[in-house]
Parts: sequence; structure tokens; C-alpha cells
Amino acid sequence: MDNWLLLQSKLIAAARANPPSDGVPYAFEKRVMALLAARSATEPLGQWVRGLWQAAVSCMVVALLLGTWAFFNPATSTKADDLSQNFENTLLASVDQSDQGQ
Amino acid sequence: MERTEAELIAAVLQGDAASFEPLVQRYSPRVFATARRYARRECEIEDIAQEVWLKAFEKLKSFRGEAPFEHWLMRLTVRTCYDFLRGHQRNRESPFSDLSEPENDWLERFVAQPETASENAEAAKVLVARILERLSPPARLVITLLEIEDRSVKEIAQLTGWSVPLVKVRAFRARAEMRKVLAKMAKDKYL
Repeated sequence: MDNWLLLQSKLIAAARANPPSDGVPYAFEKRVMALLAARSATEPLGQWVRGLWQAAVSCMVVALLLGTWAFFNPATSTKADDLSQNFENTLLASVDQSDQGQ
Repeated sequence: MERTEAELIAAVLQGDAASFEPLVQRYSPRVFATARRYARRECEIEDIAQEVWLKAFEKLKSFRGEAPFEHWLMRLTVRTCYDFLRGHQRNRESPFSDLSEPENDWLERFVAQPETASENAEAAKVLVARILERLSPPARLVITLLEIEDRSVKEIAQLTGWSVPLVKVRAFRARAEMRKVLAKMAKDKYL
């Protein structure tokens, strides 16, 4: 058991004594910049797709909220009658006027 | 005159992508040194570093400048390395019976005279890499940061995004896991 602990500490010490190299491959930064340039070239399409998805999600949220609101606050029948009556009156106002004129 | 880090970041955020190149040049050695702790093959290391820089460019808007850019980048690097470890878990089952001759020699020397086995030997370095490869991703990350890089629990929490209690729990489990791996090697090698 003591041997294991000693082995563990020896191995950890070995890892500490040999830190990894920090060498960077030749022209690595150029490759990264080329990748970024290639990405931004295809970016407009990606932005459209992302925008459409965001719009779809927000539309769904609005529809859901309105649906919930309509479900919990059903319009009373009198109000609905009033509205339909008013709408009809407005729509047929010109017809009524021409009838009265005759 | 060399532009400061803050100037470079501000320029990138204003749309001057070319200002990102000096940042890549300046901090790539740190990114590569960190990636080499978690991956062995040079192509994998390069993939990790590339991924880090692509993420850094994408997420640069979220850098608020309160801490140095290097800290922010290191968090990104450690998290990318962790994702890499989680994606390469299948490579963990290499048996201890296929140790090379220098590794076997080092272990035998350790069995004979534990105090004299040098930790500077190349074999010890390869052996510790083999043991780390057998650990689960969280255990490997915690052992590397806590034991090898000698970081505090709080620092590890910041780097990984885990809570302090979670780091402590994972450190406890990681040590137990490492003991298990060492016991397995001890059994195989009659230590």
C-alpha cells in the first residue's frame, strides 16, 4: 500500500518535472485566419437560417401566449354580438344609405 | 508600435478580423501546452487548438475585459480539452501488459529500490501518461489540474465551470480511481 502511494507520488512528480512543450506548428495562426475567413464567407446563409429559426420560435411563443390568453379569457357572448353587429353596420352602411336615398 | 491586447480585441469586435491574428500568435503556446496535457497525437492537439481559437473568435463578444484575456482563453481551452476527452473515451482500455522495455525497467527498479527510481526518466513520463489515459475524463481533468498543475480547488472551479463542492467530490473520486488504476498495474506487475 505504501509502495502504491510512493509510486503515485513518483509518477505525479514525473509529470510535474516534464511539462509539455509549448511549441506551435509553423504558420498555425495563418491556418486559423484562413479558417475564419472561410467561415465568414459562408456566414450570410447561416445568419439567414439562424434568423428564420429565431423568428419561427418567437412566432410560436407569441401564438402560444395569445392562445393561452384566449383560452383563459373567453369573450362574452354580448360583447361578441356587439362586435359582429357593429361590423355589419359599418360594412353595410353605404347600402343602407343608398336604400334610404331611394 | 505593438498594439495592446485590449486594442486588438476592440478592433476585432468592430469587424477587423485581421486583428485576431496577433492574439492567436501571442497565446497559441499556452493553448498548445494545455492541449498536450490531454491529447497525445500532434494532429489531435492541433485540432483542439484550432477549435479553441474558432470558439474564441465566435465568443469574443462575451469577453467583458474584467479578467485578463489569457484567463478567459484558458477557461475556453480547458473546457475544449474536456470535451475532447469525453469524445475519446474508447481509447482508455490499453492493457498494462504491453508496457515497453524502459517502462518495465523503471517499474522493476522502483520495486527493487523505490527511492532511487528517478522521476526525471522518460519511462516515468510515458508511464504517467498511460495511467492518465486510463482515467475517466473528469478524473483525468481533476488530477491534471489539481496534482500536476498544482492549482487550487477554486481555480479549478473557475476553469471548468463546476461548483467548488463538485470539484471536491470529483477530486475525491479521481484519487480513488487513480488508486484503482495503480492497483491494477501493481497486480499486473507484482508490485
